[in-house]
Amino acid sequence: MSRRAAISLRGVRKRFGPVVAVDGIDLEVAEGECLGLLGPNGAGKSTTMRMLTAQAIADEGEIEVLGRRLPGDSKRARAESGVVPQQDNLDVELTARQILTVFARLYRVPRRERGAAVDRALEIAGLTERADSVVDELSGGMRRRLLIARGLVHRPRLVLLDEPTVGLDPQVRQELWSLIDALRTEGVTVLMSTHYIEEAERLADRVAVMAKGQIVAYGRPSDLVREHAGRETLEVYGPPARLREVEARASERGLSTRRSGTAVAILRAEDVNGFDVQGERRAASLEDVFVVLTGAEGE
Amino acid sequence: MPAGAEPGPGAPASDGAAAGQGAPSPRARRIGRLEPAAIAGVMSRDVTVFTRYWLSTTFSSVMEPVIYLLAFGFGLGVLVPRVAGLDYIDFIGTGIVATAALFSSVFPGMFSTFIKYRFQHTYDALLAAPVDTEELVTAEVTWISIRAGVYCMAPLVVAVFFGLRPGPGVVLVPLIGFLTGFGFASFGVTIAAFAKSIDNFNYVISAVVTPLFLVAGAFFPVDGLPAVAAAIAQINPLFHSVELVRHAVFGLEPVADLISVGVLVAFAVLMWRIAIWRMRARLID
Repeated sequence: MSRRAAISLRGVRKRFGPVVAVDGIDLEVAEGECLGLLGPNGAGKSTTMRMLTAQAIADEGEIEVLGRRLPGDSKRARAESGVVPQQDNLDVELTARQILTVFARLYRVPRRERGAAVDRALEIAGLTERADSVVDELSGGMRRRLLIARGLVHRPRLVLLDEPTVGLDPQVRQELWSLIDALRTEGVTVLMSTHYIEEAERLADRVAVMAKGQIVAYGRPSDLVREHAGRETLEVYGPPARLREVEARASERGLSTRRSGTAVAILRAEDVNGFDVQGERRAASLEDVFVVLTGAEGE
Repeated sequence: MPAGAEPGPGAPASDGAAAGQGAPSPRARRIGRLEPAAIAGVMSRDVTVFTRYWLSTTFSSVMEPVIYLLAFGFGLGVLVPRVAGLDYIDFIGTGIVATAALFSSVFPGMFSTFIKYRFQHTYDALLAAPVDTEELVTAEVTWISIRAGVYCMAPLVVAVFFGLRPGPGVVLVPLIGFLTGFGFASFGVTIAAFAKSIDNFNYVISAVVTPLFLVAGAFFPVDGLPAVAAAIAQINPLFHSVELVRHAVFGLEPVADLISVGVLVAFAVLMWRIAIWRMRARLID
């Protein structure tokens, strides 16, 4: 594949005092690709995202976004990128149309095209009917769609989404997924950080798993599953005592396990012979990979 | 002012939005420092937000001088008919113009800046757009100064109803208000950048703003003060602002006024640069 890189990070490191938030990462996102940056809270995802808009400056390493070297040439890169922050920072006293108009201007949409750009963004967000409602009157889902539309009003080539669906109910999340999927279809490059495995699995062409400031795995979701969690997982349910016993027996045989609430999952169940424990066999998932690599429970 | 004096036409991105996906157009567009397009973009947000609360701002900027003039005019004015060669109403009517410029710049500079970056995370959104901290601070300070320039006229208009008769130099007063506001808004932004919590502002208000306000010759002449306070007044930008307003309204004094303009410009430029420097440290990790 000889597609140009929309984002490229080489040896990027970022410290906050004694804490190393990002610990020497290399990452490339090809043009038109959707890359999921997956990791538990505190893995360094948000810091990585902030470095791509020069809102955090790397201590070491090189960053290029849309062919621009950062941080010096970041402003040009930002003009062609859209950012959807994790935190809702909409001006609550303004209407959806006012917010989009302000941002169309901030993103240098020429005056004569601004009206059309705002209408288009309202339509993407499904807020055409609510264009003149102030943000305070919008539901949580509408606000989040407006936040996404705000990042798209200038038709960016690259969209950075930081935890786009965190804290939303499942129905709203589905809506946002189809919105993000539509971007991908249009050929927009998407970098999306998330700690929801399902989100990465559904939307991302490739996933980079981050833990403790490092990228611990990178590849297509299906390849990652095969490489790190095998084909099948055996889930054993039972009371705590039973689960502890299963864990002990599995570890005697060198099998990796993980605890998830009321069950123990034994990875690479396809390789297991003569392990007479009853349970449910299921296909290995990205969640298994996530837990194996980061030591954290997925959601 | 600094914002307008910057070089470069900064062609407001004629092709900014036309860049569809996958169109790697080599653009000759200049993206440099202090672009008018970026400053105008940030100010358009301020203007839009202002349409939501202009009424309360206007109300308080008219009511406050009315109360001051009633209290001092009828209270103190009876005891002190003339001050420094002026009728007391003329003295105080011009004095509170400069203090109005102070309060309508230093408080928004501190409070709304702090609220915007700390609680509303507005600046995170703005800095993700093609806007740098320098442009962000310049736009915010310029907007506050424009408001200060307009609203400092409120006390003067009120004073006219109390009998003040301004000369033609009154047309300079909004410019004096803008210049005064630029320095004090930048000062406020600097304080906001240092503040850990909103309570920290109390120290600055008590230890800096209130003394500046009292030792400025707005309510009583500084000549009567102890030598130390009178000397401090000479380096108090607000004192120079008060002097300029009085001279603009009742007759300019070229040499003294040029010195006062010089002090206010120096204060504005210095505080503006410090505000940018501190806000950058605060906003960029």
